[in-house]
Amino acid sequence: MRRKISLKPITLLLLLVTFASFGKEQDGHGEPKTDQATEIKEYIQHHLKDSYDFSLFSYTAENGEHKYFGFPLPVILWDNGLKVFSSSKFHHGETVAEVDGNYYRVHHSKIYKVDGPNGQIIEDDHHHATNEKPLDFSITKNVTMIMMVFLIMFFMFKRMATAYKKNGGMPKGMGRLLEPIVLYVRDEIAIPNIGEKHYKRYMSYLLTVFFFIWIVNLFGLTPIGMNVTNNIAVTFCLAIITYLITTFSGNKNYWKHIFWMPGVPVPMKIILAPIELLGTFIKPFALMIRLYANITAGHIVMMSIIGMMFIFNNWIGSSLSLFLAFVLGILELLVAALQAYIFTVLSALYFGMAVEEHEHH
Amino acid sequence: MEELLGGFSLGLFFWQAVLFIALILLLKKFAWKPILDSVNDREEGIKNALDAAEKAKLEMQNLQADNQKLLKEARAERETMLKEARDMKNKMIEDAKDEAKEAAGKLITQAQASIETEKKAAIADLKSQVANLSIEIAEKVVREELSNKDKQVKLVESMLGEATLN
Repeated sequence: MRRKISLKPITLLLLLVTFASFGKEQDGHGEPKTDQATEIKEYIQHHLKDSYDFSLFSYTAENGEHKYFGFPLPVILWDNGLKVFSSSKFHHGETVAEVDGNYYRVHHSKIYKVDGPNGQIIEDDHHHATNEKPLDFSITKNVTMIMMVFLIMFFMFKRMATAYKKNGGMPKGMGRLLEPIVLYVRDEIAIPNIGEKHYKRYMSYLLTVFFFIWIVNLFGLTPIGMNVTNNIAVTFCLAIITYLITTFSGNKNYWKHIFWMPGVPVPMKIILAPIELLGTFIKPFALMIRLYANITAGHIVMMSIIGMMFIFNNWIGSSLSLFLAFVLGILELLVAALQAYIFTVLSALYFGMAVEEHEHH
Repeated sequence: MEELLGGFSLGLFFWQAVLFIALILLLKKFAWKPILDSVNDREEGIKNALDAAEKAKLEMQNLQADNQKLLKEARAERETMLKEARDMKNKMIEDAKDEAKEAAGKLITQAQASIETEKKAAIADLKSQVANLSIEIAEKVVREELSNKDKQVKLVESMLGEATLN
């Protein structure tokens, strides 16, 4: 019963995305608003991408100069040796940065190597840059957010734990709010899906992943925040950890059910084996895409609706957009928690499958 | 798909993996373990306390049942004791009555015997007195007789009037 997940909010979101993108395309046809619409579209796309500075906001001054508010972050490259420099050298992607005789340029939020101080990005027919890409381990805006969430979670839960010790096993302060959630993860997610016997081993991962996704999603909803979970690399990382834990905790039964399904005739066993094997990859892949797509979609719709305020530029349309943005903001708050919940439940479900003991066959 | 692969950033993946795994391990050691242990301890404590209360309640019930039983026994004992006492009383009264009856019987027989003896003695005494009186009378009569005939008769009569038989 618990394994059934309501798809309604997701469907609604996808529906909204469809309308939003449809609307945007219509706007793009030679209307006087085109410039603004394109600008908004670009802004949205830029916002969804990672960046090398922590910019809070930016605007274009009257003389056409771009003003940025924020601070630069360290860029770490591996290009025949470690290169560390401040992202202020790129001047928000407008100039080429020179480090130890190498020249780098930012193109579509990625660092490419260029020939010289005036080196340009060479694009092929598919608009793909052909320049050499150094290995990039920069502390980008997303990495900064991850670090912030890391610190917040660490100190928050460490404090909660010490409060228990000091208070003789009773929660205090934040712990009173967090304890029901921790217990919810244990009693409603871990135990029903994994089972009384094995659940303890997975609690650390489930709790961490739940709170991490939730907090990161919530930060994504704040105006300063950058949504970490709309990066495929992040969701891929989370999904692959779930996959690895599932694979390494799989017992004899789990593998038997994949490679030699009991209770079906031999030809079926042979057909089922590759399907089941593929299934083990598809499950974490779906986890990855689900989280990524939901959060990205939410952001696109949210920003499109906010952008519509400027396109309408009249009080009825703009206030309608504002109202819609408000409603969607509330929905996004729900989605933030829901996605964390879904990711955790499905991870727990996969762990449960891996350690399940079939007694009657 | 191309969009997805294009958006994939190795650096971000690297940092996310490092930071996230570090976070899991750190939180496991410093937060989740102590938190879950405390919660478990607390839950155990509550469960134990409830069990203890239940046990105490059961004991109390047992105790009450025992009390009831004791009370019942005591009441029964009192009943029997009272009954015995009553029986004893009755028996004692009965015995006393018998004894008294016996003693009274004895006394009566004794009294009857002594009355008989006294009677016999009295009759003997009377006999002897009558005899003496008769002799005295006879003597006086004889003496009077000898002097005056009337007087003699008178005398006998007065004598006889005086001599009231005891």
